[in-house]
Amino acid sequence: MEVSRLRLLFLIALAATTLPGCALFRRGEASLPPATTEQNAAEPVTGEPSDKPIIEPQVERREIKHTRIDTEDFEVGAYVGILSIEDFESNVVYGARLAYHLTEDFFLEGTYGRSRAGRTSYENLSGSADLLTDSERDYTYYALSAGWNALPGEIFLGKNRAYNTAFYLVAGIGNTTFAGDDRFTVSGGFGYRILPADWIAVHFDVRDHVYDIDLLGEKKIVNNLEAHLGLSIFF
Amino acid sequence: MRRPFTLFGLLLAFILTVGPGSARADDVHKILIADPFIELHTGPGRGYPVFHVIERGREVTIVKRRTDWFELRTDRGVQGWAPREQMIATLEPTGEPLDLQEPARENYMSRRWQAGVAGGDFAGASMISVFGGYAFSDNLSIELTFNHIIGEFSNGYSATLGLMHVFVPEWRLSPYFTLGTGWMHTEPKSTLVQSIDRDDQIGYVGGGLQFYLTRRFMLRTEYRNNVVFTSRDDNEEVDEWKYLGFAFFF
Repeated sequence: MEVSRLRLLFLIALAATTLPGCALFRRGEASLPPATTEQNAAEPVTGEPSDKPIIEPQVERREIKHTRIDTEDFEVGAYVGILSIEDFESNVVYGARLAYHLTEDFFLEGTYGRSRAGRTSYENLSGSADLLTDSERDYTYYALSAGWNALPGEIFLGKNRAYNTAFYLVAGIGNTTFAGDDRFTVSGGFGYRILPADWIAVHFDVRDHVYDIDLLGEKKIVNNLEAHLGLSIFF
Repeated sequence: MRRPFTLFGLLLAFILTVGPGSARADDVHKILIADPFIELHTGPGRGYPVFHVIERGREVTIVKRRTDWFELRTDRGVQGWAPREQMIATLEPTGEPLDLQEPARENYMSRRWQAGVAGGDFAGASMISVFGGYAFSDNLSIELTFNHIIGEFSNGYSATLGLMHVFVPEWRLSPYFTLGTGWMHTEPKSTLVQSIDRDDQIGYVGGGLQFYLTRRFMLRTEYRNNVVFTSRDDNEEVDEWKYLGFAFFF
């Protein structure tokens, strides 16, 4: 009897220590979501499948607008400078310029300028003998030219600023109206363009306008040098 | 001295209206880079240095185009220029290749408008010529020409309207035939005595060659035989040569 009582005590003690432990383990299983079981119960295993797609695609549809690319090959601008008219002093010249950029290297350019001739040394010395009337002293020209961007580059102002530049050569044909007549004119020169932004340019240009004139009885070739500063925008 | 200021005033007004308008935010054109990478240059030309690289798959905005260069802006705000050869491999956001709308030689016949300038000789006088035309069909077009004739003894202007027939437009070097009529104004030089300005009708027949250069550009050379219907008993025949002309279609 002593032995069986001890065995009973041992078994009770064993049960007392192990059973709560089992309960601890079972507690985890009991906290499983009941939703799964409910869903399984709600959906019949056999029969018609539901119309709902298994995966709801969440694709963002883009609004595609085929906007035209803004092409800026044209350049329009104005300039002011000094024109030296051979025999007739130097004077202010101002003009307008339209350019079309064909490639990164070449462009076409149309310019129109106006100036006014002064008096020759002969007229000043002789006093009253005027070679030209007042309206004949008006000087206008136009030129159709081709240009070549010979030296593209950058200019650095300070540490943090760099602007695109180009040194270009220009040659063309045109007309000069001066001393009451139109004169076929060949012009050429060079220029330097600085772009403070990609749509605006500051130009410094030097041109030589060459034509024949027979004003003083004898035909001679005239070189009129022009230097001007201009501003233009791309569009 | 008032006129230069009005000229600059006009330019300033133009800049204020057109200039900043080019940077409008509402009409952005986004593309995807499909090349392994695209190099951005600081300016629209091969001479400007490369300063940034965009990898494949990135989305960029096309800001503008100048000649064969495209200004791109990345989502981080880096802005630079990429050449057309690299842009061919870029895609629209839909995955289609980007249509650069190139007027190449294959489709230049579908371009209807053409314009150009030429220099030449009109009966010994120098001539500067500006022309523009519209094509009804691949072969036939109507053309308007203005000439400024600057000679030793007289100056003049002429304006003509005529038909131009290109025989084989798909050839790179193609001959053409032209026929038309117009009006000519002649001013004898003021140094000559008995100078009277004249206005005459002219008719012409001629031919020429056009040579397709590249993209949208063409060279041409032309001869015209003009008949000037003068008020005198005899009509005058005048040879007109356009030695070299440059034209582009759009």
